[in-house]
Amino acid sequence: MRTERSRRAKLALYGLLCVLAVPFVFPTWWMVTSSLKPANEIFAFPPTLWPADATLHAYGRVFDFAPFGVQYFNSMYIALVVTVGTLAVSSMAGYAFARIKFPGHNLLFLVVLVGLLIPSEVTIVPLFQMFNRFGMVDTHWPLLLVPIFGAPSVLATLIMRQFFIALPAEIEEAGRMDGLGRFGLYWRMALPLSRPALGAVAIFSFLHSWNLYLEPVVFLSTPEKFTLPQALTQFTDAYGGPMWDVQLSAATMTALPVLIVFIVAQRQFVEGLAHTGLKG
Amino acid sequence: MTEADTETAPGREASRPARPSWWTARRRDNLAGFLFAGPQLAGTLVFVLLPLGLMFWYSFHEWNVLAGGFRFTGAENYERLVQDPALPGVLGATAAFSVGLVALNLSLALVLAILLDQKLRGTILFRTIFFSPVAVTLVAWTIVWRFLLQDDGGINGLLSVVGAEGPNWLRGETTAMAAVIVVQVLKNVGLNMVLFLAALQGVPKELYEASTIDGAGAWTRFRRITMPMISPTILLTSIITVVGSLQVFAQIDVLTKGGPGTSTTVLVYYLYQNAFQFHDFGYGATLSVLLFAIVLVLTVIQWQMRRKWVVHED
Repeated sequence: MRTERSRRAKLALYGLLCVLAVPFVFPTWWMVTSSLKPANEIFAFPPTLWPADATLHAYGRVFDFAPFGVQYFNSMYIALVVTVGTLAVSSMAGYAFARIKFPGHNLLFLVVLVGLLIPSEVTIVPLFQMFNRFGMVDTHWPLLLVPIFGAPSVLATLIMRQFFIALPAEIEEAGRMDGLGRFGLYWRMALPLSRPALGAVAIFSFLHSWNLYLEPVVFLSTPEKFTLPQALTQFTDAYGGPMWDVQLSAATMTALPVLIVFIVAQRQFVEGLAHTGLKG
Repeated sequence: MTEADTETAPGREASRPARPSWWTARRRDNLAGFLFAGPQLAGTLVFVLLPLGLMFWYSFHEWNVLAGGFRFTGAENYERLVQDPALPGVLGATAAFSVGLVALNLSLALVLAILLDQKLRGTILFRTIFFSPVAVTLVAWTIVWRFLLQDDGGINGLLSVVGAEGPNWLRGETTAMAAVIVVQVLKNVGLNMVLFLAALQGVPKELYEASTIDGAGAWTRFRRITMPMISPTILLTSIITVVGSLQVFAQIDVLTKGGPGTSTTVLVYYLYQNAFQFHDFGYGATLSVLLFAIVLVLTVIQWQMRRKWVVHED
């Protein structure tokens, strides 16, 4: 009786999970399958869940309408530089705030934390003016410098600091006995132990940069300099309506590789996040 | 460490050139601290605090980029802000979006986390599914939803298969706001879900066992044990989610452009329109001050609430 009931409860639970999963999976499914449909099938009624006549035609047209290869390269190199830069800046600052008792370290840490309260959206007007003054509008500098050094890296510094604080002091003592200086302690002792935190920071800086939209829209005006999110919205016909097959092909090319990397690496990805200092 | 190492370490120290006496290990360490934190401190100064100061300065000026004038006008922009006929609508949309987003996001995240916390096979698969939109490029996700939600799009297509007729989602004021909220919740609820799940798994099982013996039901256990134990995580996620909800821009720009009418024109979008479409930087800066004030007040309120309802804290 009891097992029968728990079996039913399990089935109900699975059923519930499956229903809840639909809106999370369906959009991505619809994006990929629609991008493979010929233009006349995209709005077919009844909607087809699988393209009857799959074609890569729209994928080719993406490159006719926009310098999509260059835009892909822009997004990729900016995201990689931002990731490496954020790792360097946040791990060094996180280390300093966690393990070095330099004068004013608590006060300065609070000052840095203020960045959490001031997202780039708040300061976008003065930031535009600052970069404008130095002739950096319509260049990639704002998309590189602000995420690495500005408000977005503060969260990364916080994560790194929480992680370094938890490192046992004996490890550093051992390093000191070996004659390591501060940089040696950071580079040879602390960093190798902090892989989960570094992984979480790397993933989030990459995704943050890859998703960035307001900043490119505000700063960039030359299509050759666009990053992917901004480029995706530009596939419109003469009347400003979206060319759906082309737009969805470009969206698939933008989203799918990152999604696949996530699914392959999801264990580190999710657990890295859950085990950082963010855990309350 | 071997004995030989301990022998050589002082030797290495001695072979270094003599240091001036003020150059102590303490000072050396302090310098290292400043150097390590330096890039972040300089970045905070240049890219956070300086623009924050400039924002206030600009807000006291009339400054149209196209017209070219930059004139000190005192509190004029603020008078304009108070009298702006569009502002009540903008603040209403902002509040509706934020309240809807935070309520739906946190409750759905908690429900998903509780479901995934059950002893079931395959929960990792479902965890991956619920988390996966986080890894889908934001604008790609939003574009697909625009495609799905348009009048002859996939949602209405599927609805008509079962004989129902859906509205033109993005063209109705209520449905457009609801759509923007739901699209954003589905995109990011996985983040909060994972944080909740980690918190749930951190609740000591003995607490549940003891209360089961005391005869407490599932709901009582949830209210009396689970909620207090995970309250620090609830506070953290709600702060992140509230602040995040005030930053929403791409979703609005792609899905509705603030419409229909101004029904989904949230504060960030209104700020963007004024500064970068109407080129009115002075008023744009004033709206930024308002946005900053709202973020600040909400965070302080939540932080104060911590005393009241965060029972358990490490």
